[in-house]
Amino acid sequence: MPATETLKEAKRVMQICNACRYCEGYCAVFPAMNKRLTFSDGDVTYLANLCHGCQGCYYACQYTPPHEFMVNVPKAFAELRGETYRDYAWPGMFKGLFEGNAKWIALITLVLTIAVTVGVFVVQGADVVTGVHTGTGAFYQVIPHDVIVYLASAPFLFAGVAFIVGLVKFWRDIGGKPGELLNPSALIQAFKDAGQMKYMAGGGHGCNYPNDNFSMGRRHAHQMTMWGFILCFAATSVATVYHYVFGWEAPYDYFSIPVILGTVGGIGIVIGPIGLLMMKKTADTAPQDTKRTGMDIAFLWLLILTGITGLALLALRETAAMGTLLAVHLGIVLAMFVTFPYGKMAHAVYRLGALIKFAHERRE
Amino acid sequence: MSAALTARARGASVLMIESANKDLRGGNSRHVRNIRYSHNAATDYVTGRYDADEYFKDLMRVTDGNTNEDLMRFMIDASDDCVDWMLSQGIKFQPPLSGTLGLARTNAFFLGGGKGMMNAYFKAAEKAGIDIVYEAEVEKIEMDGARFTAAMVRQGGELHRVEARTVVLASGGFEANIEWLKEGWGEIADNFLVRGSPMNTGKVLRSMLDNGAKPIGAPDQCHAVAIDGRAPKFDGGISTRIDCVIFSVVVNKNGERFYDEGEDIWPKRYAIWGRLVAKQPDQVAYAVIDSKSMGLFMPTVYEPFQSDTLSGLAEQLGVDAETMEKTIEDFNSAVIPGEFNATEPDGCHTEGVEPKKSNWARKIDTPPYYGYPVRMGITFTYLGLEVNRQAQVFMNDGKPAENIWAAGEIMAGNILGQGYAGGTGMAIGNVFGRIAGEEAARHARN
Repeated sequence: MPATETLKEAKRVMQICNACRYCEGYCAVFPAMNKRLTFSDGDVTYLANLCHGCQGCYYACQYTPPHEFMVNVPKAFAELRGETYRDYAWPGMFKGLFEGNAKWIALITLVLTIAVTVGVFVVQGADVVTGVHTGTGAFYQVIPHDVIVYLASAPFLFAGVAFIVGLVKFWRDIGGKPGELLNPSALIQAFKDAGQMKYMAGGGHGCNYPNDNFSMGRRHAHQMTMWGFILCFAATSVATVYHYVFGWEAPYDYFSIPVILGTVGGIGIVIGPIGLLMMKKTADTAPQDTKRTGMDIAFLWLLILTGITGLALLALRETAAMGTLLAVHLGIVLAMFVTFPYGKMAHAVYRLGALIKFAHERRE
Repeated sequence: MSAALTARARGASVLMIESANKDLRGGNSRHVRNIRYSHNAATDYVTGRYDADEYFKDLMRVTDGNTNEDLMRFMIDASDDCVDWMLSQGIKFQPPLSGTLGLARTNAFFLGGGKGMMNAYFKAAEKAGIDIVYEAEVEKIEMDGARFTAAMVRQGGELHRVEARTVVLASGGFEANIEWLKEGWGEIADNFLVRGSPMNTGKVLRSMLDNGAKPIGAPDQCHAVAIDGRAPKFDGGISTRIDCVIFSVVVNKNGERFYDEGEDIWPKRYAIWGRLVAKQPDQVAYAVIDSKSMGLFMPTVYEPFQSDTLSGLAEQLGVDAETMEKTIEDFNSAVIPGEFNATEPDGCHTEGVEPKKSNWARKIDTPPYYGYPVRMGITFTYLGLEVNRQAQVFMNDGKPAENIWAAGEIMAGNILGQGYAGGTGMAIGNVFGRIAGEEAARHARN
């Protein structure tokens, strides 16, 4: 459970909001709030993770500072979300990675990238790594297929387990019943809301981000990022099927399904995060949790680096740079997977949990 | 805002003088939630028809005929395009939702409420090239006979003389000016809470009355409701309201009841309780409920006082415990059991106690007991400037001033002599603001 002070502030703010209710037109948080008369720790943790940070309610609020009520919903919720990611992280001994998160992400990325690259050079020798490899199985001449699979899938699967443990604990604490988490219609609704980023549209006109103007910029950049990531994942999945089911080895043709998916997705995870970073630069920080900006920036850069190295690998796969690029790309992807449960990626998990809960509540 | 935008659109150069800073700009409109306007069919923002005749009937009822009927009619007819006009200025509305206080058919709700509306207005004004000065207070209106010549504006400690060909006065009422309130209410005004902007001190109105403008409305006429006694002195807005009165026994500080708490459904009685409380000693009262009623009304911004005994609660509230216990004992024994229904007058009443409680009377007997202190919260005042259909300000000789128009709360008393129906203030402001802007621009350009 997040810190008492953070929970207390969120409850204080929700009690004021619940007596006002002017913001009910903005997003799911307010109808969910309306259903409650008092707010438990779990209630505010749920509402905080349901909040997409569109900031509409902040700029419309008659009680923001300097008013003595000092209401700042997006900030109170962002702080609580940050603590959610930390406190539901599993195993608990890694919670510390959320303090100074950017520093840790940078360090882990650097270490893993160097380790993989140096490792490949040492094991395979510079001649192999810097040689030109073409045709079927070209990548695997630099790094054997099994090595890639084990290196990448181990942290990926571990992240999946860590997130499931965190989500189950979170679900229990926000008052969800065990069976409801997997209820198909609620899941479909939640995935739909997440897929469309419905609540990043605020009341339908977009976020008040990066300033008090209504804009779809953040929603679109975030959609590019998320769908880019999903397409990259789809590319890998299709390639896995190609490899194991059909016995077709990479690299694949430029117009093959994995390459098309990966290219479009790669562009998404570069352009989307760049858009988000640019908006962040000029954003009004009053409605935000400035203590955790580093976590956001680190994650966005990790995505950008993943995308750029992946695209570079595609472009230069028939040159002598391929071997080094493959090693660097693998190192960065590895770092991304390793740090998934201990960085911004956690938001997707708890946001989805909150959306599932909201899908249940909406039907009541 | 509507006057400035309209005048600018007609080609006038416009200076807007705002006494608040950017955070608190927009006067009491910052606290509003919706606009009541006439419409013949449902739209994206309202659930059904609310025609001019129905609107007229409603306002005649709440004002008890204390109005300028011709002007009221005119305002209502003209209100039919308010929402379209506001949309054209970039103001956003929300679809009618469940929590809209039973006004979903008659009123269109601003997305996020009045501050959201004001943000859109100010953006539109900046875009249109209207000059805006903040933290600048008009202290005096200078006139030469029936002609406006200049406004004396204080900004940053300095007094400036601002000349203009025409002026639109939209400076609100005087509810934040306790000394002025005392003229109508006496010393008890010290204990009133002001729900809206602390900037509404009525300096412009006072100056105009000193200049010989014709007043309309009585100095003690205002919209006032019962709000939590712990609310801020100013700017508490909507969230401080207390909705539990109909389920309560309401006592004064001596522990005595003073009015039928269950007279009618709450929205209809919302506005009388401010005045009722203002007549009690120290202008304070206490709404007492037991655990049966918790959750039946809108949650409150402050936690109620709570105790397992009535005497314990009385002590916390600072009410004479012995009398309060006796009052509630008498009340309880007078309750005639019936079928309780929280959502409509249920006929559960008392017999043999004065004053009686006509509905929702249930024994206060199930601890824990809860109590809310209640004070009068003044929303806006009605004493203002008399205007005609063109929003022109009348002078005491019965002739309109040459180049002065008024809009909003400063002239709302023309239509609202007393009483109120939610969202009417916005309609008055918008309709007369646009007319004032139009007329002022035309006059200035001639």
